[in-house]
Amino acid sequence: MVQSRSLIDESGRRSDGRIIDELREVKINVGIIKNADGSALIEFGKNKIIAAVYGPREVHPKHMALSDRCVVRCRYHMSPFSTDTRKSPAPSRRETEISKVIREALEPALILEDYPRAAIDIFIEVLQADGGSRCAGISAASVALADAGINMRDMVSACAAGKVDDKIVIDINDTEDKEGGADMPVAYMPNLKKITLLQLDGELNPAEFNTCLDEAIRGCLKVYEIQRSSLIEKYFGKEKGLKEE
Amino acid sequence: MSLSKKSTVIVENLRKKQMRESISAGKRLDERGLDEIRPIEIELDVIKKANGSAWVKLGNTEVVAGIKVETGEPFEGLENSGALIITAEVLPIASPHVEPGPPDEETIELARVVDRGVRESEMLDLSKLVLVPGKIVYTIFVDCSIINVDGNLFDAASYAVVSALASCKLPVFEIKDDKVVETGRTQEPPITTIPVSITTVKIGDYLLSDPNTEEEACMDARLTITTNSKGSIVAMQKGLKGNFSVDEVKSIADKARIKGEEIRGKLKGLINVG
Repeated sequence: MVQSRSLIDESGRRSDGRIIDELREVKINVGIIKNADGSALIEFGKNKIIAAVYGPREVHPKHMALSDRCVVRCRYHMSPFSTDTRKSPAPSRRETEISKVIREALEPALILEDYPRAAIDIFIEVLQADGGSRCAGISAASVALADAGINMRDMVSACAAGKVDDKIVIDINDTEDKEGGADMPVAYMPNLKKITLLQLDGELNPAEFNTCLDEAIRGCLKVYEIQRSSLIEKYFGKEKGLKEE
Repeated sequence: MSLSKKSTVIVENLRKKQMRESISAGKRLDERGLDEIRPIEIELDVIKKANGSAWVKLGNTEVVAGIKVETGEPFEGLENSGALIITAEVLPIASPHVEPGPPDEETIELARVVDRGVRESEMLDLSKLVLVPGKIVYTIFVDCSIINVDGNLFDAASYAVVSALASCKLPVFEIKDDKVVETGRTQEPPITTIPVSITTVKIGDYLLSDPNTEEEACMDARLTITTNSKGSIVAMQKGLKGNFSVDEVKSIADKARIKGEEIRGKLKGLINVG
């Protein structure tokens, strides 16, 4: 990681004008894929990601079915036009790994024993990527799962924190990811207070690590509020949603 | 190897009967007339990272097309032309019947038919997209992501590709010291015509324009015709195991011209091209 230029100016503003504990603008639109059982479009900064859920449904091939619980399948995929240079539509090793960690971040929130011999398919399509797409994808998928009416223990909210110019900041963007010092994506179940995804690349000393984790969770809680209000808005309308808040 | 198509969308016999009765009375189950095309909505420039993009809704069918421009070697035999590559992927988010994985023959046919319409119409003057003749040319990728399936992917993807291409801004590349450099400037794409694809299907003895999923599950044959701004036919593709009489093909071609002109007017109005 090369820190070629200053990513935080004297007034504490980051490359995109945010302060250190400010989230990018987040918008979640629930139910935008008409064919899906549940879906959500998340716009997280310049990230534009659709998550769609199909299921619980029959498992194909049948031998993959589990007799005591539900099979969860997850695909994270980037459209060829989503990145700065065109990405081949064939799944990459990176996408395969992210699909796996996203599934493992969401599974703890799902009550899989309620759907034996069935499958839940989670498809995440990145239409535009801007750093932090796995976190945005998890947050969108979690809303899509709730929209599909899947039994859940809690929502899963995700946000990254990291180190930029030796400061701990939340919600790392594309530039900060490429040029900054550390990037730590975290997924969190806000009511159960449990972490379901944790990754890190970069170097953090023990004190920085503690702050970074706390800050990431603060980011997750902010995301949670937006997830919650997006669902309230779909199911109870905007006015009711505001009254409840 | 190509196998006969297995039906994934199942329409009950009763519903099929209902559909045939309704069509014979001149009305479709979604209340449309036989040659009526569903409302088209186009939003341009939805993907800021792309050089051009369009989100097209044709009824409930939704397609996002994005353009990425690079430089590369020309295709063999086309040394003095820019390279245009059009792909399509039916994403698993789009329907319960899509399996993730490499594209199946239907998806490959879709991408090739959309590509053929645009390429054969010579919508883009590719001869203007050459940097070093025979060596370095503009490579234009148009990738379509189908995000919700409700029939007639051919036309929806084609409208998305055409809208994205017509409204894109091509980066200007230059050769400096034998190297390609991006100048940071953009240029208008060299558009010569607006191709419009119209798909007609045959159910029993009736011809229907712009089929939805349910109608596609009952169709016997399909014919896609692309016309250019002059009203000439530039590409065709017949599909499925049913057949057409010569008279039917001629009447479908006439309709493709008339309907094509209507949609061309709509596209031009939205995209702001002459």
